[in-house]
Amino acid sequence: MRQFFIPRIEKIEPSREGVFLSQGIARGVKPSKKIVELYSTALLLYRELAEPKGVIETISVQDFSQVYSGMGLNEKKTPLATIYPQSQYLAILAFTLGEAISQEITRLFKNNDFALGSMLDSVASEGADMATRIGEQEFYQFLMAKDQCKPSTTVLLYSPGYCGWHISAQKRLFEYLEPEEIGITLNQRFLMVPLKSITGVLVAGKRDIHIFKNNYSFCDKCNHRSCIMRINEQKKR
Amino acid sequence: MDIINQISEHLQKGEDQKVHKLTKSALDQQKSPLEILNDGLIAGMNIIGDQFRAHDIFLPDVLLAAKAMYAGMDLLKPMLIKEGIPSRGKVVIGSVQGDLHDIGKNLVGIMLKGAGYEVIDLGNDVAPEKFVDTAKGNNAGVIGMSALLTTTMTVMKQVVDIIKREELSGQIKTIIGGAPVSKAFADEIGADEYGYDVGHAVERIKAMTGHN
Repeated sequence: MRQFFIPRIEKIEPSREGVFLSQGIARGVKPSKKIVELYSTALLLYRELAEPKGVIETISVQDFSQVYSGMGLNEKKTPLATIYPQSQYLAILAFTLGEAISQEITRLFKNNDFALGSMLDSVASEGADMATRIGEQEFYQFLMAKDQCKPSTTVLLYSPGYCGWHISAQKRLFEYLEPEEIGITLNQRFLMVPLKSITGVLVAGKRDIHIFKNNYSFCDKCNHRSCIMRINEQKKR
Repeated sequence: MDIINQISEHLQKGEDQKVHKLTKSALDQQKSPLEILNDGLIAGMNIIGDQFRAHDIFLPDVLLAAKAMYAGMDLLKPMLIKEGIPSRGKVVIGSVQGDLHDIGKNLVGIMLKGAGYEVIDLGNDVAPEKFVDTAKGNNAGVIGMSALLTTTMTVMKQVVDIIKREELSGQIKTIIGGAPVSKAFADEIGADEYGYDVGHAVERIKAMTGHN
């Protein structure tokens, strides 16, 4: 299966609270009128400039093991290396918000509109994260329609560049998925253009396979908390 | 209120056009560019920095103030250069090789300029050697590195290693930051400092350069 998805912009419109959190404004705090206005302006720009496009393609465990290995630069032990062999189904995902948003952020910073540029960056990052949730749902619904999973099946995205999965794996991921079709290219250092793009593997399986202890060799050097938040969400389900 | 204090006040409110106008008026009144810079713009940014650290204001407030500061600086910069007035120091910043994410790094640069530093921004995807060569070539005392990806953090160690190998540890200090980076990682690779957010990074750089 190879499936394209174009989320409606209102479906990937981040909440004010989420954006404010990424701007360092804690829940429950009332920001100034100026900050609220900045958020509103950034949201208008986001609605106007975002060109969301995604593609999902199923992949076998065997083929994914090649993608995962990439150029052999992964950490010896990673969560994903344990998780994906236990999956029921796998798919590769790529999603982009398009180039116009990144260009606007750069333009705003060049014009010293730092606050609006930073706010738009937060809106776009939150929006891209929301799109990955849509990608997870798309894959889940595809599997459900084919009677290939149970309601208890959990689909989560894992991306190169995080949790010991080396960014160089992008090369094989791109060779397999060819996301150039939706306008994403890879540079020599395996980074995506446009910047507001996401790739990864969608892992469908029992909830428990996604729960791991963050005690890998690289965890104590890492300040990301998204893995813990995702694991806690799974535990609550 | 004295015009210099007015500049500081309006800067704190993020009123860039007013700061621009007042800076122009101050120059017309024969106020020295250095006085406007130190007692107006930097003084205002220092207050903003203190409020930010105390969580009384937020990042967007700081960035609005920074825009106001730049509005004044645009007028002062040619004069300061002409008069040969030294900055508080030079800082080389960049996102490490393999990383295109630069918002955090840009914000540190903006705030450092607001604190009176000369910032040499190498952009993103910066090779380890380029950090060190630029610092050496410009007599910069600090290199600031940013990374968002866990897999690019290792490049930071390469920069620290080059500095050690070239026996520059006393002359060039390093500070690292970015979402996945931690104090433990900074200690492990031998970086001099770790900035957990934009405000903290600037605070640590001030301490490293003796401008507490």
